[in-house]
Amino acid sequence: MQVQTDTSSASAARAAEARAALDAWVREIVDWHFDPASGSPFWLERAGTLGWDPRSEIGTFDDLRRFGPFEDEWLRGGPVQRWVPRGLAGKPVYVFETGGTTGIPKTRINIDDFRIDYELFSATLPGEHFPQGANWLMLGPSGPRRLRLAVEHLTQHRGGICFCVDLDPRWVIKLIQKGWTDHLQAYKDHVIDQAVTVLSANHDIRCMFTTPKLLEALALRLESMGTTIRKAGITGIFSGGTEFTPQWNRFAHEELLDGAYMTPTYGNTLMGLAASAPSGPHNDYTIAYYAPQPRAVIEVVDFDTPERLVPYGDTGRVRLTTLTREFFMPGFLERDEGEREPPYERYPWDGVSGVRPYREFAASTTVGVY
Amino acid sequence: MIHLPVLRWGEPYTSLEVDEVVHFATGEPIARVSRANGGLIQRDMRKAARAREALRAFSIEDLIARVGRAGEHYMTATLPMGDGAQSPDEFVHAQSASTGLPERMCRANMKKNAFVLSEMGAVLTSLTRGLAFDVLSTGQGVEREVPISYQAQSPVLGLVLPSNSPGVHTLWLPIVPLQIGLVLKPGPQEPWTPYRMAAAFFEAGIPREAIAIYPGQADVGAAVLDSCARSLIFGGTTTVDRYRGTPRVQAHGPGFTKILIGDDQVDRWERHLDMMVESVFVNSGRSCINCSGIWASRHTREIADALAERLAAVRPLPPEHPDASLAAFTVPGVAEAISRAIDAGAQAPGVEDVTARHRPGGRLVKEGAADYLLPTVLHASSPEAAVAKQEYMFPFVTVVECPQARMLEAIGPTLVCTALTRHDAFRRQLLDAVHIDRLNLGPVPTTRLNWLQPHEGNIVEFLFRARAFQSAPL
Repeated sequence: MQVQTDTSSASAARAAEARAALDAWVREIVDWHFDPASGSPFWLERAGTLGWDPRSEIGTFDDLRRFGPFEDEWLRGGPVQRWVPRGLAGKPVYVFETGGTTGIPKTRINIDDFRIDYELFSATLPGEHFPQGANWLMLGPSGPRRLRLAVEHLTQHRGGICFCVDLDPRWVIKLIQKGWTDHLQAYKDHVIDQAVTVLSANHDIRCMFTTPKLLEALALRLESMGTTIRKAGITGIFSGGTEFTPQWNRFAHEELLDGAYMTPTYGNTLMGLAASAPSGPHNDYTIAYYAPQPRAVIEVVDFDTPERLVPYGDTGRVRLTTLTREFFMPGFLERDEGEREPPYERYPWDGVSGVRPYREFAASTTVGVY
Repeated sequence: MIHLPVLRWGEPYTSLEVDEVVHFATGEPIARVSRANGGLIQRDMRKAARAREALRAFSIEDLIARVGRAGEHYMTATLPMGDGAQSPDEFVHAQSASTGLPERMCRANMKKNAFVLSEMGAVLTSLTRGLAFDVLSTGQGVEREVPISYQAQSPVLGLVLPSNSPGVHTLWLPIVPLQIGLVLKPGPQEPWTPYRMAAAFFEAGIPREAIAIYPGQADVGAAVLDSCARSLIFGGTTTVDRYRGTPRVQAHGPGFTKILIGDDQVDRWERHLDMMVESVFVNSGRSCINCSGIWASRHTREIADALAERLAAVRPLPPEHPDASLAAFTVPGVAEAISRAIDAGAQAPGVEDVTARHRPGGRLVKEGAADYLLPTVLHASSPEAAVAKQEYMFPFVTVVECPQARMLEAIGPTLVCTALTRHDAFRRQLLDAVHIDRLNLGPVPTTRLNWLQPHEGNIVEFLFRARAFQSAPL
């Protein structure tokens, strides 16, 4: 058992309640996406090939397996408009991308989802470390990703103003693949230089989003300047990435943060943002993530038989399901693996810990670049 | 089971992530090794200067005496190994179990390490060409009435070590007596020597803060290279190419070691067959100093045939067997892939696998979970054949037919070259050839090193820079 899990009878009731809410939400979302008046061209066209009617035959979350695995390739290439639900026609649409070092990146349309996701996440942040009205630093990838807009919205939602320093992960991957280590270091220094400048410019920045690699680089830079993250004014950090291992989490807490609070997150453009249960010496710094159900669901499934959940504590591949009015993505097999975690008091549904690149892809994928 | 912690300037640190070292044949875990993370190294390197300061509290002569005693401990004592202890026999057994090297080769490598430690005074005198040691300590001195200054370019040397050949450890043994700290990233299958050697050093009174050991994955190796102003890395051709022209990193890769037989000697080739066999076969052909190419203008088919006849009878034996001479491949699939590559290369025009004529069955042998490749001798009738410049981690050699006049332009980079010739012009060309690193003129096995000589660059020159220095009374 890696986190303080929820095993009482009251918790069973909470889990059942959450499950009922999820099933109800699934029905609502399936109704929306397969209604000719509100659904997206992609799903309406697909419905014609299924040979069954999702609106009458999908009653629960488990029924979503009938769709089979969500194909990665469906999200590559256009026209992107096929993903816009008719029920949301006329609203301003964003498009966000994932990956994309080579070939065509996956795209997801967004209208308000990123705002809703981050407002929900905002409610999980402890106010003593992330004070309302505080200014933030967003130190990480922007460009075609949603992070910049999302973190900026999070800051504004909490009454603050967000300063941004960009990092282009696609360029970083190229530098790594080409072996241009000097350029890589120079680019990292360039990014950290900007962060240090912003932090030293009397903007009263107290909160930050950044990635583990950049957090490490920033902390080491500040240490070399005789100061620390905490002394630079930062009280709360949220961070995320597959290199967020328990050992790194511990290293950060013991040697980098100087008492600043850090909460790990797991997420991407396709799913949204999963918060984590508290981690620390009590659980060997294991990080368990919980999706923002019912808008998104994380499952840990068998590597060879993805229809089957692995037992609690066992390792499997991460499967994501996104259930919003803007985007319906049932059963997407993520490029990550981890251990299935039981429900947690605050999140009475399954979680995942030990997230790392899926072993089949790990050797060929450049990860942990930012 | 033994747990090996990260050593942060001598202080053990247990990571939340551990890797298992497993037995090459059974897959059973032998040890658990704490995995460091890159940031931890970068942070620790802020204190790198302390390592040199701690060592400079002793004279180089004193450190030479201490490492000599460390060599005795290394050879004979039961020494701490992580949270346990290891006798010399247990050390040999563990090293053999994880690397696939026969135990007698592990013992031979131990002796090599101990020899270098016991001869450290002579080694350093030779590598410094008789420089007074205190010049390296203080940074200045006078030689032949001329002021001289040698400046350490880094307080520590980083080493990203391999798993496949415990013999390479001799390269870093002179570092501590040079008052330079050690930052070691052990090979995943061979953590044993760095830990045992560190324990022997500590036992001999070398300060703990002079040595750091960071087991881990690729990010750890990258952090060592990034954080240390001088580093050695061991890897393949890709690694060497990557760090070529990077003054702070010395990359050690394949040796492409060769024996060249001049036209004046080639008719007497049989006299040198033992030397050729030793050069190819010693240490199971794993070293960069093992010969992978024998070049001559004629008699090459007879040479290949004679070598094949001598080597074809070799068979794998259990690692503890006193006559075991072949090392196992410990990474699944590697031996098979190498064997397939050799077969593909042997399909080229003018190339023949000569050993195939001398033994029934193939070169790949599976003994339980372990794979072995039997010694292989190819013949190539031209230096253009791709196999003429191949090197693999087992006894593998191509005998190449090539006119003497073309040899030096055709051999490519060569770590050790043993040249058999009395022909003055050819000897002069060999001495001038900048793509040959170690040169043996005469029948010296390529694997027989003189420890008083530099290997792939002088480590003293890598670590210390001679510079101008003047002073005047104030």
